This record gives sequence, C-alpha cells and structure tokens, in this order.
Amino acid sequence: MKRVAVVSRAIDPAALIAEVQSPEFGAISLFVGTVRDINDGRSVTALDYSAYVAMAESELSAILADAEIKFGVTTIVVEHRIGALSLGDVSIAIACAHPHRQPAMDCTRFVIEEIKKRVPIWKREHYADGSHEWVDPMRTGEATV
Amino acid sequence: MSMVTVQLFASYAEAFGESTLKIPIDNARTVADLVRSIRSLPCGQSLPASPRVAVNRKFASDEQLIRTEDEIAVIPPVAGG
Repeated sequence: MKRVAVVSRAIDPAALIAEVQSPEFGAISLFVGTVRDINDGRSVTALDYSAYVAMAESELSAILADAEIKFGVTTIVVEHRIGALSLGDVSIAIACAHPHRQPAMDCTRFVIEEIKKRVPIWKREHYADGSHEWVDPMRTGEATV
Repeated sequence: MSMVTVQLFASYAEAFGESTLKIPIDNARTVADLVRSIRSLPCGQSLPASPRVAVNRKFASDEQLIRTEDEIAVIPPVAGG
C-alpha cells in the first residue's frame, strides 16, 4: 500500500501511523518536518508552500517506487502540506512500515532526501523584518542540513 | 502560428508577473530552444541559463523535442520538505 498526497489542510502524523500499521510489520518509521523559526540566520515568522501539484504527486509516487526497489518497503504514506503555515506546523509527514527497523528507517531517510531534490514544491519564507523570499536551498545551504 | 504553453511557478512566476507564457513552437522545438526564447523575453534574464524544465510532468533534457500539446513547466529550485 502506497499513498501520496499534496494537501491544503493540517497533517496528522498519528493518522499516517495508523494507516500503515499492520500485524505483519514490526517497525514503523515516521519523519515529521515542521516549520522552523530560523533559516540561514534570519528570523522566520511564517511561510507558505506552493506546488506544481500534478507533477509533485507523480514524482512522489516515482520516489516510493524507487524506495520499494531499493529497500523492499511496500507500505509508505507521504503527505506534504501547501498553503500558509505557521511556526511549528507540520509541513510533511512520511510513514514507512516494514517487518524490520533497518529498511523502514533507511527508506524514510531516502524518501525525504529525494523529495528535497526532485519534487516541485516551493517555500516562501516571511521574515521578522516584514520581507519575504522564495527559498533556494542550494543558495542558503539548507540542502546540506 | 502554433504556440506552446509554459507554466511558471513560485519565484519564476513572480519574476515574469505571469503564471503561463505562450511561445511560438517555431522558437521552441527543443527544451534548449524554449529556454533561449524565454530568456530573450523582458524579465527573461531572471531565469538561469539552464533551468530545470518538465515536459508532461517529467524532468526533461535540453535535447528533448517539444510538441504543442505537451504540458511544459519551468521548475525553480525546489524546496519541499
């Protein structure tokens, strides 16, 4: 079972855990990304995400197919939120389930790293000084942290 | 004249003040031609020399051929997660 979604509502990580849970799995790995208050040394007050939704969902599906080939993980759910988010809000949740922990954890790491490279979603940060800017991870160094 | 419709997003849409552009197919036979044509427009220099371009929702090479019915998008640096 695999499911991907770009959503405009709050993400409930517990719901993703429930969705992948099954007696056959001894491990569920969950990654939750949240809105941070500092980026590249600047004080962030809020942000908004936008997406090329059709391609984002198709790239997410392609990543999950790659993850299955690489780690043998067949049960994965990914939700990415778009729209206006506040500090602390969940922007993304990834749940991977597998009989054993290592593939589940490796798969989760792989999925978030691939998302950061190839899923057409963009982030505009709003700063304490009233300015705002589209984030370019290659420029800010966020790609490596 | 047949035109190609190009979708713009995020910083690129902001730079052009538009979410779509129409480019004559004669100036956009390949992805590289398309990028050259867009960069020659007013505000075109806000696009890098080799931006990522998607054709029918997949990242495309510079050499990929373009047809008028293709779904084309220029993809700014992604920042999901």
